Amino acid sequence: MKTASARSCALAVLAVASMPLWASAYHMQLASTALIASMFALSLQLLTGGAGLVSLAHAGFFGLGAYSVYLIGPVSIAVTLPAAAAIAGLAALGIGALALRTTGFFFLMSTLAFGQMLFFLFHDTPLGGSLDGVFIQRPDLFWTVPKAARPAVFLLLNLTVLGAMYAGLHALMRTLFGRALLGIRANEHRMRAMGHDVQRLKLAAFTLAGALAGVAGHMAALTDAFVSPDLLGWHHSAEALLMILLGGIGALHGPILGAFALTLLEELGPMITERQRLVEGAVILGAVLLLRNGLAGIRR
Amino acid sequence: MVRSIYAPQLPRHPRPRYLPHPMTTLLAQLLNGIQYGLLLFLISSGLTLIFGVMGVINLAHGSLFMIGAYLAYVVANVTGSFWLAPPAAVAGGLLFGALLETGLFRRFRDREHLDQVLLTFALILLFEEARSLLVDNQFHSVAVPALLDFSVPIAGGFAYSAYRIAVLGICLIVAGIMVLTVERTKIGSAIRAAAENPEMLGLLGLNASRIHRLVFAAGTALAMLAGALAAPLQSVYPNMGDGFLILSFIVVVIGGLGSITGAFWAALLVGLIDTLGKAYVPQLAGVAVCGMMALVLLVRPAGLFAKA
Repeated sequence: MKTASARSCALAVLAVASMPLWASAYHMQLASTALIASMFALSLQLLTGGAGLVSLAHAGFFGLGAYSVYLIGPVSIAVTLPAAAAIAGLAALGIGALALRTTGFFFLMSTLAFGQMLFFLFHDTPLGGSLDGVFIQRPDLFWTVPKAARPAVFLLLNLTVLGAMYAGLHALMRTLFGRALLGIRANEHRMRAMGHDVQRLKLAAFTLAGALAGVAGHMAALTDAFVSPDLLGWHHSAEALLMILLGGIGALHGPILGAFALTLLEELGPMITERQRLVEGAVILGAVLLLRNGLAGIRR
Repeated sequence: MVRSIYAPQLPRHPRPRYLPHPMTTLLAQLLNGIQYGLLLFLISSGLTLIFGVMGVINLAHGSLFMIGAYLAYVVANVTGSFWLAPPAAVAGGLLFGALLETGLFRRFRDREHLDQVLLTFALILLFEEARSLLVDNQFHSVAVPALLDFSVPIAGGFAYSAYRIAVLGICLIVAGIMVLTVERTKIGSAIRAAAENPEMLGLLGLNASRIHRLVFAAGTALAMLAGALAAPLQSVYPNMGDGFLILSFIVVVIGGLGSITGAFWAALLVGLIDTLGKAYVPQLAGVAVCGMMALVLLVRPAGLFAKA
C-alpha cells in the first residue's frame, strides 16, 4: 500500500511535469490554476487537518500575498516571494493573536470578520487600486521568458513550489510540533494538561499557514498577472475548506486531490449547465453528506 | 457593504446653495444607525439562539434575510400592497425554518464545524441560484407603502421618514416580545436551559427536538422579517445577505454567546458605528467595525455583555 501510493503519486507528478510535451497552453494554464489551488488548500490543511481549526480568514492571507506583488512592483522573484510570505505571515500573526483568544464557533466568526476586514482594505481604500482588480507586471524570473514559453515555465515553477511545500509540511508533521498539533485536534484539554502551550502552538500554525497562503497568492499573481479583491473574500476561503473536505481531511495529499477535483469541476460544470452555483452547491452537499473521508478515503 | 460593488457611481453635482445643518445630518444618521442596529438585532438574535441552543453554525442566515427581501418584492408586486409582505415573511419564515431544521440541520447538530460551514455555504449557493431562477439577477426597488410615504417633522426643520420610524417601532416591539419570551415564559426558560447546557432539556423531561424546531423556525422568521422590512429602505439585489451576515457575526461576537440582551446592545453599537462610519469616513467603515471587534476580543474575549 505504501509503495503503491508512492508510485501513483510519482505518476501524477510525472504526468503534470511532462505536460509541456503533450498538452496545449490552455491546459497547462488550467493545471497551473489547479496547482495554485492545491498550495492554497494545502496551507489551510496545516490548520484544519493539523490543529483542527476552521478559519475563514485564509483567503485574506492568500490575497495579501497576491497584492504584495502589485504593491512591491516588478522586481526579482527573489524579493517578491519572501516578501509575500512575510507580509501574509505578519498579518496572520496579528489576526491569529486576536482570533485565537476565542475557540470554536467564536473563532470561526472572528476569522470571518477579520478576513472581510482585509477584503475591505483592498476593496474600499485606494490601496488595492481598483474594485474590479488590476493587471500587474510580473516579477522578474532569473532569465527572460519568451511569451510562448510562459505557460510551460509557470507550470513547472508552480509544480516545484507545490512540491517543496508538500515536502516541507510532510516533514513538519513528523516533528514534535506537528505531533503536538495533531494532539490539539484530537483533544485540546489533554494537551494543555500535559503542559503544552496550546495557545502558542496554534498561533505558530496559524502564522505559518498564513505565510504559505501568501506564497500561494504570490504564485497566483505571477501566473495570472492579475489581482482582484475577490481573492480575499470569504467565499474563496470556503472553497479551500471544500477542497480539504473533498480530498479528505486525514491525509496531507487530500487537499491536492480536492483542489484538482474542484478545478476540473469548475472547468467541466459549465458544459453541463450554466448554473455554476447549482453544480457547486450540489457537489458540496454530496461531499458533506456522503464522502465522510473524502476522495483520499475512497480506496481505504 | 458589498453593495458598493454594484452601486452606480453618481456624478458629482456642484455644491448646492442650501446645505442641511451639520447637526441635522448627524441626528438623521444617528436615527438611521439605531434603526439599522435594530434590523441587525432581528438577524443576529436568531443566529445567537440557533447556535446557543442547537450548536449549529448557520452561514446561510444572511441568505434568509435576502429571501425575506425578495419575498417582500414579489408580494408587493403581485398584490400591489407592501402591507402583506411582513406577515408573509414571518409565516413563510416559520414554515421554511421548520422544514430546514427537520430536513437538514437536525442531522448536522453533532457534526464537526467544517461540515456545518460547508453545508451552510452550499445552502448559500443554492438559495442564490433559486433566487436567480425564480426572480432574476437584477436590482429592484420596493416602494415605501403610500400610507407611510411622508416625513415627520421632529425639531428645528428636521424631518425623518415615517416608514423608518415605523420600522424602528416594529423592531422595538419584536425585540421586546423576544426578550420577554426568553426571560419570562416557560418555553423561554427551556430555551435558556438548552443554551446553557444542551443535555439539560432531556433531563428536565422536555422534548428537545420540538424546542430546536421552534428556535430554528423563529430565527428564520426573524431574519426574513428583517429582510422584508429592509426592502423599501435599500434596493433588493443578489448577495445582499452577505454584508448582513458578516455584521451579525460581529454582533454575536461582541454580544457574547447565546445572550439576547448582549446581542441587542451589540447590534445597536455595530449599527451606529457602521452607519456613522459610512457617512463620515466611507473608506474605513468596513474596517472600523472589525476594528471594534478586535478591541473587544482583546479586552473581553467572551463578549462585551457576557456574564463574567
